[in-house]
Amino acid sequence: MTQHAPIFIVLLPLTASLLCMLFSRIKRDLGAWIVMASIVGAFLSACTVLHRVITSGGQTWHYWMGGWQPPIGIEFALDPLNSVLAVLVTFISMMVALYSRPFVKEEDWLHVGGYYTLFGLLTVGLCGMIITGDVFNLYVYLEIMSLSGYGLIALGGKKSMLAAFRYLLIGTIGASLYLLGVGYLYALTGTLNMADLAQRVVPHLNSPLFAIAVACFIIGFGIKMALFPLHGWQPDAYTFAHPGAAAFIAGCMSKAPAYAMIRFMYYIFKVDSPVMHSALNVLGILGVAGILIGSIMAMAQYDFRRMLAYSSVAQIGYIAIGMAMGNMYGFIGAVLHIINHAFMKCSLFLVIGGIEHRFGEVNLYRLGGMNKKMTISTITVTLAALSMIGLPPTAGFFSKWYLMLGAYTGQQYFYIAVLVISSLLNAIYFFRIIEQMFVQREASLTEVHPHKGKLGLPFAMALPIFVMGIGILVLGFYSVDIVMDIIKLGLPEVFLR
Amino acid sequence: MTIIDCRPFLAVGVSFIAAVLIAFSRRWPNLRETWSVIASVLKFGIILSMLPAVLDGNVYQWTLCQITDTVGLTLRTDPAGMIFAVLASMLWVPMNFYSIGYMRCNQEREQTGYFAAFAVCMSAVMGIAMASNLLTFFIFYELLTLASYPLVLHKRNQEALMASRKYLIYTLISGQFFLAGLIAVYCISGTMDFTAGGFLTLGMAPKWVLQAVFVLMILAGSVKAAVMPLHGWLPAAMIAPTPVSALLHAVAVVKTGVFAVLRIIGFVFGPKLLAEIGVTDVLAWAAAISILVSSLIALRQDHLKRRLAFSTIGQLSYIVLGAALISPISIKGAYLHLVAHAVMKITLFMCAGLIIARTHRNNISELYGIGKKLPVTMACFTIASLGIAGVPFLVGFISKWNLCLGALQAGKPLYVLLWVASGLLAAAYLIPVSQMAFFVKDPQEKFRSYGEISYAMLIPICITTLIAIVLGCFPDVYPHFYKLATMASNAVCAGWHGGWL
Amino acid sequence: MEVLNEFLKTKGIYSLVMILFFLGVYGMVLSKNYMKKLMAMNVMQVAVIYFYLCFAQKDGAMIPIQNGITTDPNAYINPLPHGLMLTAIVVSLGTTGVAIALLMRIKEIYGSVEEVEVLRRASK
Repeated sequence: MTQHAPIFIVLLPLTASLLCMLFSRIKRDLGAWIVMASIVGAFLSACTVLHRVITSGGQTWHYWMGGWQPPIGIEFALDPLNSVLAVLVTFISMMVALYSRPFVKEEDWLHVGGYYTLFGLLTVGLCGMIITGDVFNLYVYLEIMSLSGYGLIALGGKKSMLAAFRYLLIGTIGASLYLLGVGYLYALTGTLNMADLAQRVVPHLNSPLFAIAVACFIIGFGIKMALFPLHGWQPDAYTFAHPGAAAFIAGCMSKAPAYAMIRFMYYIFKVDSPVMHSALNVLGILGVAGILIGSIMAMAQYDFRRMLAYSSVAQIGYIAIGMAMGNMYGFIGAVLHIINHAFMKCSLFLVIGGIEHRFGEVNLYRLGGMNKKMTISTITVTLAALSMIGLPPTAGFFSKWYLMLGAYTGQQYFYIAVLVISSLLNAIYFFRIIEQMFVQREASLTEVHPHKGKLGLPFAMALPIFVMGIGILVLGFYSVDIVMDIIKLGLPEVFLR
Repeated sequence: MTIIDCRPFLAVGVSFIAAVLIAFSRRWPNLRETWSVIASVLKFGIILSMLPAVLDGNVYQWTLCQITDTVGLTLRTDPAGMIFAVLASMLWVPMNFYSIGYMRCNQEREQTGYFAAFAVCMSAVMGIAMASNLLTFFIFYELLTLASYPLVLHKRNQEALMASRKYLIYTLISGQFFLAGLIAVYCISGTMDFTAGGFLTLGMAPKWVLQAVFVLMILAGSVKAAVMPLHGWLPAAMIAPTPVSALLHAVAVVKTGVFAVLRIIGFVFGPKLLAEIGVTDVLAWAAAISILVSSLIALRQDHLKRRLAFSTIGQLSYIVLGAALISPISIKGAYLHLVAHAVMKITLFMCAGLIIARTHRNNISELYGIGKKLPVTMACFTIASLGIAGVPFLVGFISKWNLCLGALQAGKPLYVLLWVASGLLAAAYLIPVSQMAFFVKDPQEKFRSYGEISYAMLIPICITTLIAIVLGCFPDVYPHFYKLATMASNAVCAGWHGGWL
Repeated sequence: MEVLNEFLKTKGIYSLVMILFFLGVYGMVLSKNYMKKLMAMNVMQVAVIYFYLCFAQKDGAMIPIQNGITTDPNAYINPLPHGLMLTAIVVSLGTTGVAIALLMRIKEIYGSVEEVEVLRRASK
């Protein structure tokens, strides 16, 4: 059974999502439970895969679909980088699926079924994008992820329709550009398999076709991961997304394209050709601009979710400069930051979703006295804020450490200055939140969904918030294990030469 | 000889656990204060148990875990660290009782958060004292910033909000500069472990790089040590309750700043390298200006705690100046003054707290005639003031004597004049308080006092005053601060003669 | 003239396809009506599909159905891009479906699909 674990990561949620509407028609919550069970199954499969890949010393597990051998057949190629991100995505999906139960409690069977169908399909899209080893298969999963993402954003109310539609337009440009890039690569090399492509593209590394393909990839993935200046869709989309799914969308939907960019830049294209040097420089400049402008825009917001969206732009900038450094520590910093930021952003959106559910309030200036009303949420927000700023021993400090090390060893001292300034800018708006929660007088908030218990929120919402908060600390303490045992096993060849 | 023993981590961990227990004991005030007291006594006991071996020249070391792929979270009790650790844990014990008395007398809110944050602060201080590499040091440094933030914010009013923002701005910016300098040190030299006499050498990087890295790292220490012009947060932070001002802004936070300066000068760069690159002269001038200007500003302050804050700024710059002179005796004097000033200043602040709590008068000009009502308090205040001024037979004299001898050894005799002048100025701004208390009559014959005589507040004051007197007469009495300071400065200056003599 | 012939013979079709792609993007950016933006998006996706089909062609080859005369692969055009594009067409269909569903709801909520009008009503 375990030899088929890779396919279960994708197959289980896919089957459950497609049948979810049917089950919901029978009994309203049945579809939801089936989808949640399938995501748990996917998480267990991802853990099995990770375990096997690590214990085999970092060898890539090639899973051939239907027994067809690559490069003709489609395969899933699971190396340590893939597997840990698959575990991350399925874990966050599990948490957020549980978390969104109270949000859909009052809806009819159609809405519950539809919501969980889209949720399951989003998980399928993200996991598939992460573990696949074929570039066209990646496009398919990219589109699955995008379409279900548009749907989940549109479920968020009246204003979200417009946000989802605008995101659709821009996102489709991104996906089409990606497809165009794949077309160029196929025309150059004749293969779609990633490992095969890595070998066959070597004689073409200096041709103009290759340069255009790289440009298409940067813009395409940049649109999907909200790299500055292609981030225009993100504030509206995150602000108006369905609060139950916003955590998953914000946490993971920008990470899979970032991972795909890392996969292309480092594993397929090998960063030591002149075209790649220019590409990495461009990524670095866009990353720096994103960090500075994202942080500055975030300071000006009064809607909590919009502030978090701009903060995401800045944090994706961190990943971009990690990629742009082109050395081992920069790479480690970028990958570690993907993991850390997923947890941090997810926990922040979980908390604001909870506050919105209970009080209907998203204005961050009216959150006074939260530490008495919703203690677990306040602790999680504090931990996430400290991690975003980059204070030890939370997780964010360690990714910043590796990024700074990478910057210094690559003699790009400008990045160190940018990281320092960014931490301080983050400190400004996150400490403002902490001050609001602890110090300001209690704002007179009307409870939309009153909750009498001690936890402040229904258990289904409090548990994921608590787990995510603890997860930030755990990721901080175990970051060295993640780096040594996982990331270092999966380093691209270009660093091992 | 290095002994592998987990006691350093026990010392750090015991108050972490206490903080968690305090947070859960919200509803039982006696229980939560008991946790705090037990933690402080245990911590002091653990540190003292390690003292004999350290005095013999051994070192306790323990690595908790790997933090990054090359560096571990290691604690190591070398003499310099032991001075600070013994001092901080020794002063926390009376401070706990004082806090309990103060909180009860004033009926403050949010006491649970206060005691829990205090316990975490003391953990962080122990971690800073015993950190064996720069990354461990940085982690506990930032933890101290975070844990002392809610203490400054204790009153939760607008003034406290502004003060805490100022505090954060200064300390976070300097922390990030420290991190940038730390990365540079690590990439230049490949190691981060503190080594007596420094591990950086002139051949590792161009001179301007070493100078720039020194400036970045000293900035962090200087902000916490309130060297002018980076002192802005300290007078503002006086809004915190007095136990916080006493322990944190006399002992814990500011002393970690000077301790950072001492570590950077002695254990990262080393006197020999610093003499070659010549940046310590600038630091010495900044410290000297800081001493003079802060003493002059202190003369003009009417608010009692603000006057003491500016006095702290000046006294801390004594230590920074002693370190910047990089001669063996001046570094010994710096370590001794770390101890001396802590003991004296904590006494002064505790007296101030008691005065404010019992009479609700913040300004010195209102303190006429309280000598009659609070005789023991004012007597201790006077003794501590004389110590700050450098009168013999009090602990302040020993450290000042060493600092002046160190200035002569470094070949810069003008600083001796500076220290004499500063002692006179200290007398000028502290003695009037005692004068107001004892020799000026109260125009209103009736004197309102609030609350009752609180022995919980009075006895710790007497204890610390007694320590000041005993250490002044017998400097090397248990726990042997003098010997530890000598060992520390010998280790740092091994092979370095100091410049002139 | 020779150069022009040469260019049109080898790269002409690709240039036209690229012009179509950018026409689509131009339409998406500059249209004032969301329905027209959607149609321009379709044009852009069709351009990408057509790009793939263009490089699947071979000189003088026939469509990839066995004709009983020869089994030489050079006599048939490359079928793989055609297969990939079937997938891409389905994806385009799905995207258009979601987009039209969203547009219907936007029309219900805001009463119009003109961008200026919708933005005015959304910000009120």
